[in-house]
Amino acid sequence: MPTSDPISIEFPTRRRGQLSPPDEYAELRARPGLVKSALPNGSTVWLVTRHEDVRTVLTDPRISASPTHPGFPTIGRNGTVPHPDQIPGWFVAYDPPDHTRFRKALIPEFTVRRVGELRPAVQRIVDGRIDAMLAGGTTADLVAAFALPVPSLIICELLGVPRTDRELFESRTQVLVTFTSTDDERDAAAQDLLLYINKLIAMKQRFPGRDLTSRLLRAGVLTPKEISGVALLLLIAGHETTANNIALGVVMLLLNRQWINAPGVVEEVLRYLSVADRVALRVAVEDVEIGGQLIRAGEGIVPLGASANHDEGTFGHAEQFDPSRSARHHVAFGYGVHQCLGQNLVRIEMDTVFGTLFRRIPTLELDQAVEDLPFKYDGVLFGLHALPVRW
Amino acid sequence: MNVTRINVNAQRCIGAGQCVLIAPEVFDQTDEGTVTVLADTVDGSAQGVVREAVRACPSKSISLTEG
Ligand code: HEM
Ligand code: SF4
Repeated sequence: MPTSDPISIEFPTRRRGQLSPPDEYAELRARPGLVKSALPNGSTVWLVTRHEDVRTVLTDPRISASPTHPGFPTIGRNGTVPHPDQIPGWFVAYDPPDHTRFRKALIPEFTVRRVGELRPAVQRIVDGRIDAMLAGGTTADLVAAFALPVPSLIICELLGVPRTDRELFESRTQVLVTFTSTDDERDAAAQDLLLYINKLIAMKQRFPGRDLTSRLLRAGVLTPKEISGVALLLLIAGHETTANNIALGVVMLLLNRQWINAPGVVEEVLRYLSVADRVALRVAVEDVEIGGQLIRAGEGIVPLGASANHDEGTFGHAEQFDPSRSARHHVAFGYGVHQCLGQNLVRIEMDTVFGTLFRRIPTLELDQAVEDLPFKYDGVLFGLHALPVRW
Repeated sequence: MNVTRINVNAQRCIGAGQCVLIAPEVFDQTDEGTVTVLADTVDGSAQGVVREAVRACPSKSISLTEG
């Protein structure tokens, strides 16, 4: 065990106009041990930067994903959603074996074959939003007009939200992720969504359909209350994450047009951008050694996905955007038992989006210099508040 | 010719489906969503993709026996 005291640094952020991860990460990876950092809310955490160490943190049973443990880190604004502990079914915050019951109940819904059946619906939704954009003129904010509605409509499809209710569903989820919303507006929107989801569950109990919600109800493994928590989790976990990958992915491809239509684009966009850099937060529940550093029980851990995904020891020429590489072992979806449940749906969405957008709008270009784009630098997720484009 | 035997642990599997995407001729998912093998052994170029699946699997449910 190294005897030198770990250094403490400011929480790293990206520079203006920067799409690659914060500059400090490379330096941190090269240092032995781990470093400490203060979160914006003042609490101290361990930053984990190397690919191997990140994977170790996310698989070690002495490390927990549950915010009920003292010392669990919190990043970003609070109050956007009710506290996870108050939502039965918010299983991303459960450890095995509680987590296992939910994961096992959900994975039949997310097999490669099952999500493959959603491909035609995904195509229809993507085409619908492009039609609307084209009908609206020759400029648009790609975030509001496309990147945000597409994933939310796809979650409606998955959950079986009737078409007549999608407007309400979409408008409420939009409030949750729009930066101009006040905390009160966000709380109200989250409340509306929960109420709506409860209504949806009651409706599916009476009139089952061919959707995830109805199948979970029929299987009877989870209670209706738990199913409503699961539905809210799917919505929140699958919305802004996907939207940000779509918007930033379009920027990446506009800056690297030679790669439009290349087979490995989706995986490389996921790896390179790593929008969920600081999403998989953890706390040690026993003393544990990671990367040569002793972490004490009760200390918070932030495994940095973007750093792991740019680790030169794992990905050659990691700083380059190169869809021809084999990037499958990236941790953009996390690692271990909580690795993203929706990942194969995401792959279909992103593949359809990039394939369709540049085919239908071949003259698509940025309507603002990259440096001036309104990036989300300080949020939990890396993304764009808006993306002005023209064609 | 050297042959690689494929072992999977469906108990550990968390149904991420990475193996199915990488090597659909070797791995499949049951209706429960967990891994099952379509071929117990592979040789030649298929060994490369199978190793890629081992490296990508988030729950370390796939192992190989060489020889
Ligand atoms: C590009 C888009 C996405 C990214 C980058 C992403 C990223 C992640 C990450 C990093 C985790 C792990 C969290 C942790 O370990 O604490 C995760 C978990 C999860 N994601 Fe995603 N996600 C995306 C899209 C989606 C979609 C579309 C859905 C659902 C339709 C979804 C549902 C989930 C769920 C339910 C979990 C929790 C799984 C568990 O605890 O077993 N995600 N995601
Ligand atoms: S990659 Fe691993 S966890 Fe995912 S389905 Fe295959 S064996 Fe299961």
